[in-house]
Amino acid sequence: MIAKRADTESVKAEYRVIGKPLPRHDAWGKVYGETKYSNDYKLPNMLYGKVLRSRYAAARLLSIDTRDAEKLPGVVSVMTAKDVQNNETVTRFGQTHAVGGFEGLYRVLADKKIRFKGEAVALVAAERRDIAEKAIDLIKVEYEPLEGVFDPVAAMQPGAYQVGEDKSNVICSYKVRKGNIEEGFAHADVIVENTYRVPMVDHAYLEPESGMAWLDDDGVITIRAATQVIEHFRGVADVLGLPHNKVRVIAPMVGGGFGGKEDITVETYLALLVWKTGRPVSLTYTREESIIAHGKRHPYIMRYKTGATKDGKLVAMEAELISDAGGYVYLSPWVLLYSTVQATGPYDIAHVRVDTHTVLTNNTFCSANRGFGGPQPCFAYESQLDELAKQLNLSPLEIRKRNYLHTGDAMATGRVLEHRVETEQTAEKVLEALGPPSKPKSPPEKIGRGVASSMTSYGRMMFLHDTSRSFVSLDLDGSVTVRCGVQDIGGGQASSLAQIAAEILGVPLSDVNVYIGDSALTPLAGTTTATRQLYMSGNATLKAARVVRDNLLKKAAEILNTSPENLDLKDREIFIQNHRKDTLGLKKTDPECNVNYGGTRKAVVAVETCVDDDSDRVVALEDVVKACAAEGMPLFNVAQFNAPTRELIDFKTGQGKVFADFTFGTQAIEVSVDEETGKVTVLKIVSCYDVGQAINPLSAEGQLEGGALYGLGYGMMENVIMEKGITLSPTLAEYLIPTAVDAPDVETIMIESGGGVGPFGAKGIGEPSCVPTAPALANAVSDALGVRIYELPITPEKILKALGKI
Amino acid sequence: MMTYSIETNVNGRPRAAEVTARDTLLDVLRDHWDVFEVKNGCEQGDCGVCTVILSGKAVNACLTLAVQANGKDVVTAKGIGSPKEPHLLQTKFVEHGAIQCGFCTPGMLTSAKVLLDQNPKANRQEIREAIAGNLCRCTGYKKIVDAIEAAAAKPES
Repeated sequence: MIAKRADTESVKAEYRVIGKPLPRHDAWGKVYGETKYSNDYKLPNMLYGKVLRSRYAAARLLSIDTRDAEKLPGVVSVMTAKDVQNNETVTRFGQTHAVGGFEGLYRVLADKKIRFKGEAVALVAAERRDIAEKAIDLIKVEYEPLEGVFDPVAAMQPGAYQVGEDKSNVICSYKVRKGNIEEGFAHADVIVENTYRVPMVDHAYLEPESGMAWLDDDGVITIRAATQVIEHFRGVADVLGLPHNKVRVIAPMVGGGFGGKEDITVETYLALLVWKTGRPVSLTYTREESIIAHGKRHPYIMRYKTGATKDGKLVAMEAELISDAGGYVYLSPWVLLYSTVQATGPYDIAHVRVDTHTVLTNNTFCSANRGFGGPQPCFAYESQLDELAKQLNLSPLEIRKRNYLHTGDAMATGRVLEHRVETEQTAEKVLEALGPPSKPKSPPEKIGRGVASSMTSYGRMMFLHDTSRSFVSLDLDGSVTVRCGVQDIGGGQASSLAQIAAEILGVPLSDVNVYIGDSALTPLAGTTTATRQLYMSGNATLKAARVVRDNLLKKAAEILNTSPENLDLKDREIFIQNHRKDTLGLKKTDPECNVNYGGTRKAVVAVETCVDDDSDRVVALEDVVKACAAEGMPLFNVAQFNAPTRELIDFKTGQGKVFADFTFGTQAIEVSVDEETGKVTVLKIVSCYDVGQAINPLSAEGQLEGGALYGLGYGMMENVIMEKGITLSPTLAEYLIPTAVDAPDVETIMIESGGGVGPFGAKGIGEPSCVPTAPALANAVSDALGVRIYELPITPEKILKALGKI
Repeated sequence: MMTYSIETNVNGRPRAAEVTARDTLLDVLRDHWDVFEVKNGCEQGDCGVCTVILSGKAVNACLTLAVQANGKDVVTAKGIGSPKEPHLLQTKFVEHGAIQCGFCTPGMLTSAKVLLDQNPKANRQEIREAIAGNLCRCTGYKKIVDAIEAAAAKPES
């Protein structure tokens, strides 16, 4: 399938590096096998760490005997909760700034009640990995098994088993109230009501949780770990009772994040073992540990009731969402707030009542996962829209078009959408791209089509007062350095900053070097979460680069005897504007863009310089840099970008502004379903988003393609199956994610409205890209069969049951 | 514990190690020889990030016992090409944006290399089947298939 870019047949003239499908600067190291991930180093004298995990999901920890383990030759240290100075603490989620709101209990090692199976009980450091594994087996733990509670609805009942030491398992609840719900339903001609269920799912990044740490010469505990949040250095220091500046976290390139490396993973364990032994320690989770013992996406039970008039106008939506948080709080309150704000989708509805609850159980804890509370309600509200459309005899597109929010409209939370809203355009484009329907091949095969839209926030919640910092400097030869504490989890977080600096400073991308992910040496840029890095650190880098550019132009203006506003900067030269000729769309291609994209896209950004004598009108960047340096003019800047802020919303009504902006998009799917076997084959999938401005279209397409497949896995196969707190799918042979033979070619369409709050009008797309896929699939299957599946994943078994065949 | 002496050739360089019967090729590559471009994703043969070429065949290093590699050639992503002499597959992966986090990339490249060695004109379906054992969570596979297709010989029209 050909990737298309809407609105921009040719690349925009005003940008030289931005908007170009350039190979990412980090790609070469990755193909040559040179990129070192968290577990790709060894240090002299290094020990291997291992975690002992609870055998029970609910139990009281009676005693731990570590004597046999300590006696095993090669074991250097065994640690339990009594060795942890501040074992029970709260996570502050990588804040750069202390704020109120929610804080989740975080226990380093179990010491009272065991709250989920796989909870960490003890740590071992040994000379070899196999010795550490053996030592774990020699630790004797006495448990008193408890009854536990594994269903969030049961856990909410009075008298339910208490997962923790609190009086209730309900962590928190939110409400949204708009209009009068009874009055809304009284005006409805058609009402649909159903309960939808979505499963617990895993991030299944290919790199398991991993890291190594050592005590540096200066006494600083230095942790090199696969993380989305280097700012956990503060939480680690708090556990050890150390000043924050005595713990340093470095994030190398991360082998996939998707929210799973947002919470602390190995960092605290490594710090404890390093502090105790004084030696370097390495610790990598097994795949089974990754699946059973680290945060998952929350399963939800969602009851939705929606009313519409006979002409298809939504008048009332009532929703109750219950999320299973598992054994610890972590980010559950925040995930639930995202779900609450986005519970009614991209639709304008006069009367809304939303009630949401997140509840502790003795299941594996749940926390951040791509979409952060967005994918769950989207499955429910987009199913409801199609159910209404069917009753009203309207097309899925038509009912959506009659109800989409537009720029200037208010959401159910009262928040007015002041930035660009292009949902309707994305819906029209995906259906157009789907083309004429396919023909079924044989009698049991039915063809169906489905569509689903979503709005998903990018950037953190505004009451967090989010900030990012970036440093940009020029060296004496005109090369550029960016230092920014982003974590690169594969989305091109670092490379996009290089593109921004190259654009502003008029150099090719290859002239920019980016240092990332070091809490001691790079300016803190906040978390690589919430689809915020391009928005936040892109803006910070843009701001810093502009200051450097202004200094350069000021000096160049003196040299060229003109004023700075007459000058432009490009290809390592500063020149009087209109002097150089851009031959856009003509013959010559920029060497960096001279890439064959299978004929699907031509990035023509030809530049030719006038050939006449121009020494009085053009000066080399390097000469200006040297002139600045000679006079001590600063050739660097460190800038901070502050996101717009608001205080907390009104929790009685849910009214208020939580997010700076949203990304709007639609996906359409065509399936063939075999009625005999229940097998679903995705024939076509199209994803269209308003990306604002694609900084690098190649990376942006990659996000849309990967996001759609992530969503398709959620729709078709992924499920962490738990029975009384025990994970029955602890390997990648049981927890299935899409393979290359399962994956259809995702067709992507990008609208560039320029209406985002990121640099150059960009919006965030990392998380939004995975949100509407599963409901689009559900709607396609329902279209094919005439029966609806209300629970993900949509397996052949569920289809045959729905058809009454089993 | 009884040990065995093994000798292999990793990317053209002779290597030797004393291994136990239960050590896997993955253990030896990473722990003994610091061959870190061979990744460890599951140790159960499910994810494919440790795929190497063992005497011309793509294998999961985690499912291959170290003793089975004795006397054989092992090729990793680093052995396919280098900055000085990039392999066409490597160039096409970069150009097509077939790389995001990059953790699956060394294994993808070794699987793709074996495919194109055996079937130089592989089509998209054959490419998909050849990399079905190599999971990728980032890309959606499309750009990876595009890259391998671009590196394959064009079918005669």
